[in-house]
Amino acid sequence: MSAPPTGITRTTLLKDLRLEWRSKDAVNSMLFFSLLVVVVFSFSFDPSAEESRQIAGGLIWVAFLFAAVVALNQTWAREIRNQVLDAYRVSPAPANSLFLAKTLGNFIFVSVLEALMTPLFIAFYRLRTLGPAWQLLLAALLGTWALVVNGTFFAAMSLRTRSREIMLPLLLFPISIPAVLAMVQSTTAILNGESARFWIVLLATYDVVFTTVCLLLFETVLNAE
Amino acid sequence: MSGNPYLFAAYAVTWLIHITYLGTILRRYRHLKREIEQLRRSGLKS
Amino acid sequence: MKKAFPILGVLTAILLIWALYQALVGAPTEQTMGNVQRIFYYHVPSALVGFMLFFVNFGASVLYLIKRNPVADIVALVAAEVGVVFLTVNLVTGPIWARPVWGIWWTWDMRLTSTLVLWLIYVSYLFLRRFSSSGETPALAAALAVLGALCVPFVYFSIWFFRTQHPQPVMGGGGSIDPRMLHVLLLNWLAFSFFAFLVCWSRYRLETLQRAVDQAHALESLLDPSGSVR
Repeated sequence: MSAPPTGITRTTLLKDLRLEWRSKDAVNSMLFFSLLVVVVFSFSFDPSAEESRQIAGGLIWVAFLFAAVVALNQTWAREIRNQVLDAYRVSPAPANSLFLAKTLGNFIFVSVLEALMTPLFIAFYRLRTLGPAWQLLLAALLGTWALVVNGTFFAAMSLRTRSREIMLPLLLFPISIPAVLAMVQSTTAILNGESARFWIVLLATYDVVFTTVCLLLFETVLNAE
Repeated sequence: MSGNPYLFAAYAVTWLIHITYLGTILRRYRHLKREIEQLRRSGLKS
Repeated sequence: MKKAFPILGVLTAILLIWALYQALVGAPTEQTMGNVQRIFYYHVPSALVGFMLFFVNFGASVLYLIKRNPVADIVALVAAEVGVVFLTVNLVTGPIWARPVWGIWWTWDMRLTSTLVLWLIYVSYLFLRRFSSSGETPALAAALAVLGALCVPFVYFSIWFFRTQHPQPVMGGGGSIDPRMLHVLLLNWLAFSFFAFLVCWSRYRLETLQRAVDQAHALESLLDPSGSVR
């Protein structure tokens, strides 16, 4: 009777993706949002070539962080509206299948935003990487996952708190600091042709540890009443 | 000991912080005591 | 049990006064920094006590997750709050020390930065406790405490590496310490540990009383004036 966990994860994920894709609004607003962020940053931090490669790592990740929070804040919105979470609590389905599905969905969503913003950043800031580009991609994937896995978890925690929207960044930012430092340092290092090995290994370790613990504790959060 | 304002400031601020925190505990404690009195009185009435 | 509190209070006061005397007079004056260095005897023990309390918070949170023991929940809350107070002391005395010695208020050095991040994590914990709806607070807070505690090694490790790449003046001195200074440091650590225990005990009593009163209020709203359940 109970479906295998991977089946539930896949089903939930596909459902979320289908719902997002169907609403063209979401896609258009994402495109526009990406452009807006990059333009605002360009006005705030002058893209004149000399310093740009030094600060680009930090800039890009602050922009990604901003986008991630916007995306994460509406993670559970649909579930709350339709009392899906209550249904989930009662069903025998393992809680972390739902968590994994949500996290994967958010990961895809935020990655798309990042993929849209990156060419704009490269263009506006005239960026060129001295190090291998695949490493940049690796750092981006690991970093995004770190933000999204914790973000999805804290979004669930914030559901019934007062000031839900501010609770999410309030909880997410402090704990993400080591990961953000790693993301920014690795990006800056790669852009400047230096070794980013330490930072990437740190990020990977961070991802493994926090994904595991979030999966273990999600049931507690879901049933925390 | 040479009068060192920074040294004095550091020690003073330490105790200021601690005393402030203890003060909030005391204030909440007194407030609770009053609430308990109210509860007791309303309990006696009914 | 009730008698223990005032006795411990007097003992702690004596310890604190003795430790203060040692810090200001007993300990030798440092060569390069002079008397300002004596801030060290308040700055470092505050951090040490803070870390001890966060460790208690972690233990109590894990205990709560396993056993759902309400006492564990209160201990976790108390430890986090008092821990934040002590870390605040550390973060404020740090700049006060840095200013006369290095001419700047903040150095982004390894210890100060790591402590700041830790402080942020536990302040966010306190915000969660304040803002979440009371039924779910203990479980959520415990989960957050576990995540926060797990983050600690990452915080230290990442900032350490960052600082070896971009070195800054280190606060509190690097290398070896004069044994007489070490004695005074340990003495102040002991005194503040006792003090922290008393503060936690007071806060614990307050919280227990608060919860009892909250329960009484809840009961009161259930009963109508004649005393029977509505």
